[in-house]
Amino acid sequence: MTTIRALPPGSAVLRLDGLQQLIAALAVRGYEIVGPVERDGAILYDRIASTADLPAGRTDRQEPGSYRLEPRADGALFAYAVGPHSWKRYLHRPNETLFKSRRVGEELVFDPPAGPPPRTAFLGVRPCELVAIFVQDRVLMEGHYVNTGYKARREATFLVVVNCGSPAATCFCTSMHTGPRATGGFDIALTELLADGRQEFLAEPGTDGGAALLAYLPTRPATEADWQAALAVTAQAVASIGRRMPPGNEIKAALQSNPEHARWDDVARRCLACANCTLVCPTCFCTTVEDRSDLDGQGAARVRRWDSCFTRDFSYVHGGAVRTQTRSRFRQWMTHKLAHWWDQFGTSGCVGCGRCIAWCPAGIDITVEAAAFTEGQNHGIT
Amino acid sequence: MSRPRLAVVKFASCDGCQLSLLDCEDELIAVAGAVEIANFPEASRAVQPGPYDVTLVEGSITTPHDVARIREIRADSGLLVAIGACATAGGIQALRNFADAGEYVSAVYAHPEYIRTLATSTPISDHVKVDYELRGCPVSKRQLLELVSALLAERRPELPVHSVCVECKLAGKVCVMVAHGTPCLGPVTQCGCAALCPGFARGCYGCFGPAETTNTTALAARWQALGTTPRDVQRAFRTFNAGAEPFRRESESHG
Ligand code: SF4
Ligand code: SF4
Ligand code: SF4
Ligand code: SF4
Repeated sequence: MTTIRALPPGSAVLRLDGLQQLIAALAVRGYEIVGPVERDGAILYDRIASTADLPAGRTDRQEPGSYRLEPRADGALFAYAVGPHSWKRYLHRPNETLFKSRRVGEELVFDPPAGPPPRTAFLGVRPCELVAIFVQDRVLMEGHYVNTGYKARREATFLVVVNCGSPAATCFCTSMHTGPRATGGFDIALTELLADGRQEFLAEPGTDGGAALLAYLPTRPATEADWQAALAVTAQAVASIGRRMPPGNEIKAALQSNPEHARWDDVARRCLACANCTLVCPTCFCTTVEDRSDLDGQGAARVRRWDSCFTRDFSYVHGGAVRTQTRSRFRQWMTHKLAHWWDQFGTSGCVGCGRCIAWCPAGIDITVEAAAFTEGQNHGIT
Repeated sequence: MSRPRLAVVKFASCDGCQLSLLDCEDELIAVAGAVEIANFPEASRAVQPGPYDVTLVEGSITTPHDVARIREIRADSGLLVAIGACATAGGIQALRNFADAGEYVSAVYAHPEYIRTLATSTPISDHVKVDYELRGCPVSKRQLLELVSALLAERRPELPVHSVCVECKLAGKVCVMVAHGTPCLGPVTQCGCAALCPGFARGCYGCFGPAETTNTTALAARWQALGTTPRDVQRAFRTFNAGAEPFRRESESHG
């Protein structure tokens, strides 16, 4: 992801007022804008109206099982990594009504499906998250069975990526080849340039829509020096990433050939089976379906909601649950994500965002667990 | 089920769960239209004799008389639903299970000789077959209405048994344990409350009792790493669901 390329054509430099106008221009074009905001001690994704809503001068310190915000002197707007929310909250929603019906006389009448979703611009999508969106695209709308709600929302989405300048200690995009600089698939990608007291944004257009929007904003054309400054941000980010996942083929082989490895028992002693890891993960897509009915027996609804392979009822079949123990649930999660996902979708199910590490209340670290398998392989331990 | 006959009965409890039913204000008319409230002393003095199609049982079994009465109620009920932490785990009064109930009786009552009590406070399911359980201290109004709606429609009620964390994340709340270092019982507690406390920057108190899978030992270790004393770990597991097996066991290894 960090291959040095030439200054992308159409790149421009925005100042803070330019960023504000980017937000305003998206609003004028009918987009709801969702971006990072600080709330309850974390940076979340919610509706924003201006740059004043962004978490200025904040950074995050993340470790297994721990997340804290800290101040920064420079007023940077994007000097943090990912928080507990991911964009799947907006694309693959936690709860989605599939249909509603009413009894009218002897007839069953279905409510007309909801109209097209609002056009939504995501501001501040991190490179790893962009890849996570592509992973969910593959699963939810590019396969045989299309999740029509997801597809409609996805097609109404405008993506403004922000390349990373301040990775967290939990990030490992470099080993997943997903960051800390995005190489394509966005409408616009920004890099916040903060060196020497400046605060500007190098903006690269990724689509015609992105280019058209940039042309409308007060910008100046990016110079080679601006481009080098942006690459320096990335180089510094790469250098600061300390976590590492073993290579995909190694971990895939190690996991698929070790269903009875002692490490599964070991991790099951630490894992709470709480499901936080899967719910914060930007690629995990599993759902369940619930039926609702009114007290008067007239109305009914079917709702799809996020589920997790860490719950017992996730594997319920006639007669009982298949995965009754934490050991088998953890094995399912990690093996699917890092191994079977390749067979199923041709990619890893992990983009290296580190959310499952930080937001695991028990501090379980997928990179450490994975390494236990590949190292075990290398040393002949099973 | 066409207009089933409903009874609401109580054992040792604070009436809070029955109040949750009365608190269904907006929906109460619809409930009253859909079921015949045949026996609900908290709501009406007009008590009709059984049998009942559905009986909601609040409270725990704490006296020899209770033991006999719950059997009669079971025999008189089509479906029996235990509601609340008292009926499903023994309630806060199950703290007596860790002490000498006889001593309490002599300390509290002027004439202990009139008191006939059991040494333990136990859930309804320890005595008779229970068809459904609604957890919580008090129960959730949403779950109560879901149960009634489902029974009426003859469908399976949606009463998930996973952790509070799932609800917490669905609602998009910030984890208080990870982001604030506040001990939370959510990972071992059954959902139902829509993660009420974490939404107010408090850790979960465990009102809904143990979830389907509980690693209380690992959670207690995490709490201690966050600075909780063994005594406070014990206290956390000894509240409304102190008598529930996983919480009881964990509480006994601290203090
Ligand atoms: S498995 Fe963990 S690190 Fe990988 S994408 Fe999911 S949350 Fe991020
Ligand atoms: S994993 Fe990489 S791309 Fe994702 S937030 Fe961290 S540094 Fe940015
Ligand atoms: S790995 Fe962590 S977040 Fe995931 S279920 Fe286990 S304890 Fe919960
Ligand atoms: S705040 Fe509590 S209930 Fe919510 S995710 Fe964290 S540990 Fe779970």
